[in-house]
Amino acid sequence: MTEPLLELRGVNKSFGVAHVLHDVDFAVYPGTVTALVGDNGAGKSTLTKIIAGIYTRDTGDYLFEGQEVNVHGPRDVSALGVDIVYQDLALCENLDIVQNMFLGREEKRGLLLDEVSMESRARETLASLSVRTVKSVRQSVASLSGGQRQTVAIAKAVLWNSKVVILDEPTAALGVAQTRQVLDLVRRLADRGLGVVLISHNMGDVFEVADRITALYLGRVAADVPVKEVTHSQVVELITAGRSGALGISENPATASV
Amino acid sequence: MTVETNEVPEGGRTVTADGAFSGDAVHTTSLRGAFGDYVTRVRSGDMGSLPAVSGLIVLMIIFSVANDTFLGKINMANLVTQAGPICVLAMGLVLVLLLGEIDLSAGVAGSTGAMTAGLLMVDHGQSWPVATLAALAVGAVIGLAIGLLVARLGIPSFVVTLAFFLGLQGVLLYFIGQGGSVRFNDPMLRGLAIKNIDPMVGWIGAAAIVAVFALLSLRTYRVQVTRGLQHPPVSLVALRIGMIAAILFGLVGFMNQNRGRIPSFPIEGVPRMLLVVVALLIFWTFVLTRTRYGRHLYAVGGNAEAARRAGINVFRIRTSAFIACSAMAAISGILLAANTGGISPGSGGGNTLLYAVGAAVIGGTSLFGGKGRAVDAVIGGLVIATVNNGLGLLNNASWINYVVTGGVLLLAASVDAISRRRRSAAGV
Repeated sequence: MTEPLLELRGVNKSFGVAHVLHDVDFAVYPGTVTALVGDNGAGKSTLTKIIAGIYTRDTGDYLFEGQEVNVHGPRDVSALGVDIVYQDLALCENLDIVQNMFLGREEKRGLLLDEVSMESRARETLASLSVRTVKSVRQSVASLSGGQRQTVAIAKAVLWNSKVVILDEPTAALGVAQTRQVLDLVRRLADRGLGVVLISHNMGDVFEVADRITALYLGRVAADVPVKEVTHSQVVELITAGRSGALGISENPATASV
Repeated sequence: MTVETNEVPEGGRTVTADGAFSGDAVHTTSLRGAFGDYVTRVRSGDMGSLPAVSGLIVLMIIFSVANDTFLGKINMANLVTQAGPICVLAMGLVLVLLLGEIDLSAGVAGSTGAMTAGLLMVDHGQSWPVATLAALAVGAVIGLAIGLLVARLGIPSFVVTLAFFLGLQGVLLYFIGQGGSVRFNDPMLRGLAIKNIDPMVGWIGAAAIVAVFALLSLRTYRVQVTRGLQHPPVSLVALRIGMIAAILFGLVGFMNQNRGRIPSFPIEGVPRMLLVVVALLIFWTFVLTRTRYGRHLYAVGGNAEAARRAGINVFRIRTSAFIACSAMAAISGILLAANTGGISPGSGGGNTLLYAVGAAVIGGTSLFGGKGRAVDAVIGGLVIATVNNGLGLLNNASWINYVVTGGVLLLAASVDAISRRRRSAAGV
């Protein structure tokens, strides 16, 4: 297998007495969709926030493109080319698509905003992702559906040449058709060579687009397997019980010593 | 029209943008198409300055029927100088309202600035440029203090600026004294209200503004067409230029007529105050729509958390908006003092501020933040000044004036709230 774009090794994290992550290994490969699954409280959010640089890790290594990196905050992480699309998307409804995609990184020509260049680049990016659902790049985000907003948030990551895109429950609030569009987009991101992490509760979505599955159970990695090698029910067992047949945590993690 | 094709080879695949954005064609077909879009926007609650413009026309008709002198040349010139301070103060408030904040102290802050200018000129013999700069500086310092308290300490702007509203009235009273007043008779500054621009210069200025506007719009249009970007129909561009030209030339033509009562002493030309208002309008329109700073103001007002995550310094944007608002208030204070010829301890208090807030909101600026333009403030300021002026001519008791202005403000705020609800329902 190729070298991971982003890798965490042996990460531990405690909040006071609560030990929420135990020796977690996590890797994101280029051109691959990695699904991060686990029940509520399994540590998905904590792991995401450690990757995002919002939380510091107690022990463990953070590697990017094989090199160990020092991450001291969200800015360091986005400078590496890691983009996290949170559930609340963080878009300004009163601004249009182009303005949102360039927010905080507007292009200028002298003192003035270079609207021509920004609109062209936004169009090219959306077109290269084969986005056909947006009526006009100059319509305000307030007029977009949930799926279209998700699309804009993801396209923003592509526009800024992110290498790793982490999507937090991208389809949680979407209807059938919109889920379809977003999953197609997730697949296209990976086809472009990006490393994609899909955090989801929906097994249907996971089996449809993911290449690998990393299952967390009570703060431990229960399994890190290619999607082809597991079945639907095995993954559900890994999420709910931490083990399934030969897969999973050998000792009973609920009683394991911390 | 045909849609331009953007060929974007990506990953060995060629994708055409025209398919992706075929909807653009809907927006660019014709003037009728553009008008249809506008109607749809208005119906879904995005009314912009439509209520203000139609309200202004209705008010003009009512007052001109009720009183013969209302549409007279003298009264119209008077109306312009009455509207000037309100428009300028409202433009300053738009910046703060864009963030969803409020500045209740702006009126008094403006008079504090004007008082500084007046005292410097009267007691210390300073020239008008020095006095004006000092007024701006006083305004900016007041704004900085408010901004720091709101953005750094997180006190609601309503409370902070209410405290400044009271405190600054005390400052005015201390320096001017009960029942006193500061003379404001510098020929240059007082002239802003009582002198006019030479008729010839007025024509040239109007022609220059129209020419520059036409040039810039046509250039933008050409670039948009050649680069295949979304653009309005050419007829709409022409219509906009025509409207600007009609308004400016109509105004200059009207004001250039002699309105003096003595034949040997003609009074003609556009009041100088209008020059200040138009210059500030152009400046702020430019800043809000064409600069990164303006874009960030809208972003912080729309979704402060999104702006913060995008790397925008929300604290600096908030503080700067209050500074700019109070500096604009100082200019407004000078215009007000020029109009009345002096500053009293009560200047800028009373309903000065509510007039300006009303002006901004009537013009279409949202009290909820994220939506508003500089031109909204000017149109709204004209509405408020018209109400004030027209009711004054009808010789009604001043209590009616208060009630009507309060009612207009409430009406505008209701329109804002209702249109906001419709917008979120229609998703425009």
